[in-house]
Amino acid sequence: MHPPDQLGRHRDASAACGDDHSPCTLHVNGTRHDLTLDNRTTLLDALREHLALTGAKKGCDHGQCGACTVAVNGTRINACLTLAVMHDGDEITTIEGHGTPESLDAMQQAFIDNDAFQCGYCTPGQICSATAILEEIRAGLPSHVTENLSTAIDLTDAEIRERMSGNLCRCGAYANILKAIHQVAEAHS
Amino acid sequence: MDFNQASEENLFDHARIVGKPHARIDGRLKVSGQAPYAYERHDVAAGQLVGYPLGATIAKGRITHMDATQALKAPGVAAVVTTLDVAPLNRAESNVARLFGGDVVEHYHQAIAVVVADTLERARGAANLIEVRYAEEDAEFDLEAALERLQNLGEPAADVGDVEAAIAKAPVTLDAVYRTSAQSHAMMEPHASIVDWSDGKAMTVWLSNQMIAWTRQALATTFDIDADAIRLESPYVGGGFGGKLWLRADTVLAALGSRAAGRPVKVALPRPLMFNNTTHRSATIQRLRIAAGEDGRITAFDHAAVSHTLPGGSGEDAVNQTRCFYAGENRRVAHHAIDLHLPESADMRAPGEASGLAALEIAMDEMAEKLDMDPVEFRILNDTQVDPEDPDKPFSQRHFVECLREGAERFGWEARNRTPGGRREGAWLIGHGMAGAYRGAPTLDSGARVRLARGRLVVETDMTDIGTGSYTIIAQTAAETMGLAMEDVEVRLGNSAYPVSSGSGGQFGAASATAGVYAACLALQKKIAAQLKVGAQLKAEELRFDQGRILGEGVDLALADVGDGDELVAEDKIHFGDFKEGLQIGTFAAHFIEVAVHAYTGETRLRRMLAVCDAGRILNPITARSQVLGGMTMAAGAALSEGLEVDRARGFFTNHDLAGYEVAVHADIPEQEVVFLETPDAASTPLKAKGVGELGICGVPAAIANAVYNATGVRVRDYPITVDRLVEGLAERAAHS
Amino acid sequence: MRAFRYARAADPAAAASAAQAPGAKFIAGGTNLLDLMKHEIETPTQVIDVTGTGLDTIAPTPEGGLRIGAMASNAALSADTRVRRDYPLLSRALVSGASGQLRNKATTGGNLLQRTRCAYFYDTAMPCNKRSPGAGCAAQGEGATTRQLGVIGISEACIATHPSDMAVALRALDAEVETLLPDGRTRRFTLDAFYPLPGDSPHIESALAPGEMITSVVLPAPVGGRQTYYKVRDRASYAFALVSVALIQQDDGSGRVALGGVAPRPWRRDAADEALPQGASAVMEKLLEGARPTRDNAYKLRLAERTLAALLEET
Repeated sequence: MHPPDQLGRHRDASAACGDDHSPCTLHVNGTRHDLTLDNRTTLLDALREHLALTGAKKGCDHGQCGACTVAVNGTRINACLTLAVMHDGDEITTIEGHGTPESLDAMQQAFIDNDAFQCGYCTPGQICSATAILEEIRAGLPSHVTENLSTAIDLTDAEIRERMSGNLCRCGAYANILKAIHQVAEAHS
Repeated sequence: MDFNQASEENLFDHARIVGKPHARIDGRLKVSGQAPYAYERHDVAAGQLVGYPLGATIAKGRITHMDATQALKAPGVAAVVTTLDVAPLNRAESNVARLFGGDVVEHYHQAIAVVVADTLERARGAANLIEVRYAEEDAEFDLEAALERLQNLGEPAADVGDVEAAIAKAPVTLDAVYRTSAQSHAMMEPHASIVDWSDGKAMTVWLSNQMIAWTRQALATTFDIDADAIRLESPYVGGGFGGKLWLRADTVLAALGSRAAGRPVKVALPRPLMFNNTTHRSATIQRLRIAAGEDGRITAFDHAAVSHTLPGGSGEDAVNQTRCFYAGENRRVAHHAIDLHLPESADMRAPGEASGLAALEIAMDEMAEKLDMDPVEFRILNDTQVDPEDPDKPFSQRHFVECLREGAERFGWEARNRTPGGRREGAWLIGHGMAGAYRGAPTLDSGARVRLARGRLVVETDMTDIGTGSYTIIAQTAAETMGLAMEDVEVRLGNSAYPVSSGSGGQFGAASATAGVYAACLALQKKIAAQLKVGAQLKAEELRFDQGRILGEGVDLALADVGDGDELVAEDKIHFGDFKEGLQIGTFAAHFIEVAVHAYTGETRLRRMLAVCDAGRILNPITARSQVLGGMTMAAGAALSEGLEVDRARGFFTNHDLAGYEVAVHADIPEQEVVFLETPDAASTPLKAKGVGELGICGVPAAIANAVYNATGVRVRDYPITVDRLVEGLAERAAHS
Repeated sequence: MRAFRYARAADPAAAASAAQAPGAKFIAGGTNLLDLMKHEIETPTQVIDVTGTGLDTIAPTPEGGLRIGAMASNAALSADTRVRRDYPLLSRALVSGASGQLRNKATTGGNLLQRTRCAYFYDTAMPCNKRSPGAGCAAQGEGATTRQLGVIGISEACIATHPSDMAVALRALDAEVETLLPDGRTRRFTLDAFYPLPGDSPHIESALAPGEMITSVVLPAPVGGRQTYYKVRDRASYAFALVSVALIQQDDGSGRVALGGVAPRPWRRDAADEALPQGASAVMEKLLEGARPTRDNAYKLRLAERTLAALLEET
């Protein structure tokens, strides 16, 4: 093995590219997939590259944009910052599990009704988050803008905005996303 | 179809579909994750490999050594192409720095290698095994220092009257310097391409790009191949904002990787590489002098600005709009693009105006204050209906004053805070600000093809939809013209097999491309007329196309019955004549903002945003509104949090990811209202439409800056207006109060 | 990212034992580690998944405090009713950090071990004494961008800050970190003992020995008082702190102050706490004594003082 260079980086193929794979079973949108994956594969790349479920997007691959948001066992996370092999046996819901073009779910329809997107690239992540935050508010999970930590949380504009802030939208559709979420929340209440 | 004079009354003045709200026709695909973006197209080419780029880690110099031996040995690696393996590629007209090839490094993170492997994990891992040594060269990276050294604000692009004399004798003058930071497009979808150039001959490219024809030509030039051998598809683009106007390294690397590996190769630029590898909006330093009489009438403007560019580029011309936005008989503007060896600066949403108005509209606020005038009234007083440099050249339409009055009324401007620093709610200081906006309304020739079969119409054009709503407004245009329902129109975009359109950029796309589709529909109507066998030959103009039927003298026929089941195909383009050169054709807006600024920390939070726009006929109020909202949101970032930070010794943007470069998040954006005036402009296009996508970002940063000043009494002239630029001023004011 | 072997540990002892192997690294939430692995700033050859070690409980201690399992997620911890009631400072700090998605995944132990967000640490082409001891500190070169970086507790070798919000609250609450060594021994650290200052070895970021694993964080019995966490950042959410202030103030005016965003660890000094009754400027005189800001981050001194002043004014 070569010694590391001045900046501490190794330049040796044998050290860097061992070929370690692991078996892993993912339950995605109700379908079981038995995979053997390079340990380095993120959940996002497993979905996009191995299962061709490209609804979850790669905007930054570093947890800084939220385009890859999916639900794992009912909890929203960034699929780019978790290893697929760590999700053996987990239930994963992606945008493809929300609805199809022919049969949209209420949040997807609300996004169309309110023009809550433009280029569409952040949209699947926005919809996955939007769905999850309504549950998080119902469950009483506090946020940065929650005024009182000991009472039930109101579904205010501020709560929605804060909770959706992990999903960047460079087209700037935030005002319409807010309306879409309210539309769904009101229909449910 | 030639557009050689202003439109007369036409079908769009009585439209059923154009100008009416219609949800995006591509919406279902987008909200269900089924719209295929460039990197996701598993289905278009079998056997795709993954390419991973390597960027240079110096700003200027030469590569003395590259060793890819270890990378080539790594598991799964099919090919490695280094820049030393390839003769310098030709530089397309639209590129300033060479995209690849040779040993010269022109900027940080310039692409210098691509590793092709069977998976991303393996390609990425192997890319880090390439050893590179450089001979660095000294270069200049500091705009402020360069300006200090050069003392050159540029040669005047316009110099009318006697500016110095007017300033010398004016009772009220302003002389101030403003700075805007370099900005990144930061579209959500990274630049990405799949290229199949396996045989080194025909090249097929699936990519994310705003301008199909330009980029095809750029590829032909870059690789010195025939454009006819290149096919491009870009049906969905995950945001562009000018960053995807050009051929960029993702496509070039995928092509080289494909040729080397003999397989299709896909490359997405890693986000941390994008900020320095691709283009950005240059920073500016602007000096503005304004002179006015006691009555508030402006007598002189002197606007000089510098920006930065790699040698051979043009930088960010922040002064152009100052030539004709307001009246004033003495005026001079100058822009100097200073050569620095930072990454490549190029167009970003409203190139020039976004930065220029960010300064000019603070200056206007400062002048209004000196004059003790309402800033709305000050702008109204200095409105002009003609080009002030050339009074014989009128504006085709200019409803800026209506925008100002309507905005002031809706916003409740009368009830604004009138004393800077004078309104407080708890720890928060409340302020109001406004600004004007002006952005030209250019049009470019644009073509389309239409296919009619069994009453269904297919529109094909290489126009792109980068989130702008092109699919929808094109369908509306075709449905309106052919008398069809929206459901009977299918729109196919972003393919080099389709007629060349304006493409998306410069606020020219919507107006130009819909006009091109209208031209193609008229050509189809002519073909239909020629086919009708009703005795005398009918002219297309004598026919009406309404609710799926063709109606005319002796004609009443379903469109579905035309052509006996055969497809009828027609193609045309709109060509805009030079009569437009005798006019100023522009779009205008007034922006009103309410902010809260924390009296202790200087944190600024937007509370209300209002835009009133004069932008021709609005083709679809839903998508147009979203375009303006998007501009306002991007402007909020530009005003308050976005700035590429320059390492002035090493020559690169250090905050090169989405954690370090802070675009606005949802919590930053308050209630936003957009109002469109009814102002169809017959001089613009047959649809009397103009673009609106860049107007929304114009002026907004200044409106925010003016509101911050109004809230705090602290005038910040440098963007972004972050807490560090406010906190000392707030402390001083607190100490003196 | 370099290739690595992957193994799941069934309990803390197995994890600590496995982690003795050279090049081994624990993974829990992965929200910082995987980010760093993609950049090859972290290059473990073996990754030990500790999410199944059962350390995700939050339980009362005999002393009246709380023991927080190292695997408790930031979201779960912020939502715990006992935390919200008795340690609202901690809940507030947690929810001011990152995004909802990240907090769902990030863990208590991982949050403590987050590495700095210094841009020169993240760009592997730049010399950095954290990444490569002795390479130099690009952040202290001429022309460097330092607006986000540290003003106190820093050294000639490193001016990075610690990015955690949670840790600032924990410091103010006098929390302690419990660990397990591969040989089965356990240790307990105050946060100041846990986080060494950089000095000439900024690559040493914690007191953890090889293979040593954080098992829990222990909160002492509640101290009451008015508890606030105020985070100043450029955008309203999803951003690291420029300056943050954790304040616990008792009715008699006494209390505690800790700062985030200014130093290589959560920043608190006894002398500054004692000055709290005298007001913000008295506190900062003690708390930031010896600060060595750059031209671009000197504002943090003023900002810290004014942020605390705002919190004190509110009472």
